[in-house]
Amino acid sequence: MTSSNPVAARPSHPITRREFLQTAGALVVSFSMPIPGMAATEGSTSATGRYPEKVAADRLDSWLAVNADGSVSAAVGKIEAGMGIGTAFAQIVAEELDVPVGRVRIRMGDTATTPDQRGTGSSNGIIQGVPALRSAAAEARQALLAMAAAHLGSPIETLAVHDGVIRVVDAPERAVAYSALVGGKRFEIKLSGTAIVKAPATYQLVGKPVPRMDIPPKVRAEYVYLVDHKVPGMLHARVVRPPHAGARLIAVAPEQKITGLVKVVTRGDYVAVVCEREEQAIRAARELRVQWSNPEPMFPPSYDALYASLRGTAPKVSEVQKGATGDVDAALHTAARKIEAEYEYPFQSHACMGPGCAVADVRTGDVRVWSGGQKPYPLRKAIAEMVGVPLEAVRVTWMPGPGSYGMNDADDAAMDAAILSQAVERPVRVQYMRQDGTGWDPKAPPIAFRLRGGLDAQGELTVLDYEARGFSGRIRPNGTETAGDALSPQLIGGYKAGSTDLFQYSDESYKVPNKRKTSHIIAWEQSMATGLRTAHLRDPDGMATCFASESFIDELAAAANADPVAFRLRYLANAKHVAAVKAAAERAGWEARPSPRPGNARSGVVRGRGIAYAPRAGSIVATVAEVDVNMDNGEMRVTRFVTAHDCGYVVNPLNLKGTIEANLIQSMSRAMHEQVLFDATRVRSVDWLSYPIVDMTEIPDAIDIVVLNNQPEVESKGAGEPSTRPTAAAIANAIFDATGVRVRRVPFTPEALLAAFKAPGKRA
Amino acid sequence: MARPLEITVNGKRHRVAAAPDTPLLYVLRNELNLQGPRFGCGLAQCGACTVHVGPDPVRSCVMPVVAVRDKPVTTLDGLASRYRAAKGVTDPIRLHPVQEAFIEEQAMQCGYCSNGWIMTAAALLERKPGASDDEIRKGLSGLKCRCGAHMSVLRAVKRAGKAMA
Repeated sequence: MTSSNPVAARPSHPITRREFLQTAGALVVSFSMPIPGMAATEGSTSATGRYPEKVAADRLDSWLAVNADGSVSAAVGKIEAGMGIGTAFAQIVAEELDVPVGRVRIRMGDTATTPDQRGTGSSNGIIQGVPALRSAAAEARQALLAMAAAHLGSPIETLAVHDGVIRVVDAPERAVAYSALVGGKRFEIKLSGTAIVKAPATYQLVGKPVPRMDIPPKVRAEYVYLVDHKVPGMLHARVVRPPHAGARLIAVAPEQKITGLVKVVTRGDYVAVVCEREEQAIRAARELRVQWSNPEPMFPPSYDALYASLRGTAPKVSEVQKGATGDVDAALHTAARKIEAEYEYPFQSHACMGPGCAVADVRTGDVRVWSGGQKPYPLRKAIAEMVGVPLEAVRVTWMPGPGSYGMNDADDAAMDAAILSQAVERPVRVQYMRQDGTGWDPKAPPIAFRLRGGLDAQGELTVLDYEARGFSGRIRPNGTETAGDALSPQLIGGYKAGSTDLFQYSDESYKVPNKRKTSHIIAWEQSMATGLRTAHLRDPDGMATCFASESFIDELAAAANADPVAFRLRYLANAKHVAAVKAAAERAGWEARPSPRPGNARSGVVRGRGIAYAPRAGSIVATVAEVDVNMDNGEMRVTRFVTAHDCGYVVNPLNLKGTIEANLIQSMSRAMHEQVLFDATRVRSVDWLSYPIVDMTEIPDAIDIVVLNNQPEVESKGAGEPSTRPTAAAIANAIFDATGVRVRRVPFTPEALLAAFKAPGKRA
Repeated sequence: MARPLEITVNGKRHRVAAAPDTPLLYVLRNELNLQGPRFGCGLAQCGACTVHVGPDPVRSCVMPVVAVRDKPVTTLDGLASRYRAAKGVTDPIRLHPVQEAFIEEQAMQCGYCSNGWIMTAAALLERKPGASDDEIRKGLSGLKCRCGAHMSVLRAVKRAGKAMA
């Protein structure tokens, strides 16, 4: 044991929460008011390593501190997923406090020192982080003005603030800096919730294109990512996952001579190696001789079989969405023209740039975990359960990982680090290899759709019926809250994920007299502890449901011989949705005519355009895709995207542009290339060759963005995911426009397109 | 006993403790504590680990450390100082034009892969400052960016190309 902790002896049994609290009370109090500006790490851990159950969200000091040098530290229970939200948060704080934005530092996602906002998800960083920071900063400003009034002997009404200095307006030589009033000290006040925030019309920083503060250190290689984090005495670990889904561990060959090996950890079907050096751990994991059972196949053997099984299996639960109108079955029966189509969306991987990584140092009464996952607060509970200690013994500190798009493998890695540190009684860093990342990360679930619609004799849409059949989408829940939510405890055995069912509906505002949406959830429990566990991936289910829904609207428009934009506008009931579709079409120079484009050749390169739109949690996106399709080899390239984006008031337009562009490129990649390959026994997508993503040679020539409703008085909504949603449908519609062939299965690979072009009867 | 393994990284000699067949990446990160090159795949498929060996971009995750014992290695951590030395720039905060352009264009999302783009683009533009749009796209082909920051990266590399031409 290398611990320098004086009380680090391991107890023979986990201490109970009651025993723990009896000895830790005083410390809990002192921890309830941390100064965010203080060192977030060693400086703020106590000798016994015990942490508050929660950082007190009602104390100003939990959110904000003025440091002795006049800089401002603010804390938030959100994390940076790679879109630059830290800079947006700094703008909010700087605005309300009247300090230069460059003097604000944002700390995020440390369960011991930042308030519990659960973490980030559902594009809620701005939605939840901004109001909290804005009101905390306004309270701080109010408190500072009161202090300055006393200090300067002049009433608050006579004072003004500029760059962190408060002056008497009529006697500017009478001044005091924030740092002189409270620098390095606590405010010691409870948030009143009554401090008046600035009028949006007066904003100087919010809404401005402030460059991201994390980018210069990143290009200089000075930014510290989680993968750079080193702890003294740290060992390196790698996991050895079963070769087939459901394979049981039979034996690890004993007495293997492997350089640097500290321990082979086996528990149930869980195998990992811990070594002195990283390269040794990599080699050890590769060379370790492990005998596994040869289980019965657990997966369908192919996508055809998978979709057939989704369609043919009795659902565990079904629901008709509220708000259905009319009599759909009767209307389908009487429609002058009935249209029906089936769409399919595959498993997709997060395939993050860096596979999961974490560092843990598990000691008695002091469990430290450094994790890159989006939800450190629930993760803390899961770690406490797995290690067998009270919550107050655990501190999870988020550090920046690679860009994350939901429930990726980061929490799995955090759990591994904790398990392994406990096993070897040393700090452990674990990083997955690419095959562990792509092969074992939780996957976006596949969905099979059937859409039916009917037109009357005049070509008016009279009936719309949407039916989705998908796997229980949360085999890996939204947030790791229990040990069983992570992969390795499931392999160890005795732990099970808190799987939940979420119905898979499209979102749109088409007003149709007879309309119904049904979602069937198919059980997928056998994927537990396999590489086909399902989970949230950026805009969970949104790309899939919009692909089906917005492709089908396009099919209806074509059946009605109507322009796809005009057809949508005829039925859209929401004015903001109308505005987004119109704005995208207008910016794109949309030529009003039905699809497919007349006169396109049956060979060579043909051109087309398509539109799709979707609301998402208050934000609205409409995207036009322009494509070139090579009829001879099936290659397709998006030459231009035009996106109209309404997320209310934009805190940082520069960040928004980068976020929208990246959403479009990533979702284009998902539409063009991405499907997790598998056979009956295992996942076969294990690297960038077997799970290809977009390449620089494929990116569009231009992306044009129209921002709507960007007014200070309009509430800011999320932008992290919405512009992912319509992309696959917009591209599919453009392919139809170019070729007259409807593609109804993602991804649109050259092989798939070529097969579609050659299939008899496919052409419209 | 073979002579101790030494390598030259960012202009400094370092004695290497790792076994000679250890991929260069782990020596740079764990022995030299450099933060530029990062592990992305270990298979030379993504480029996140790219360093320069001499003037050439190399995937350090598959390059045995012994293979660079007689060759100068530059990482992102040392790119700017190498550029300043080569150009006789005395301003100590001046970065390589590709780095400057990445800041100007805000050319990343998470930045985990940025090392690969910056190092590959720097090598490309040092060899051919006036590279065309097509040459840049092809020259950067194969590098992975999972966040999809390609539009901004392409703008940045074009901007740097103009600055270096």
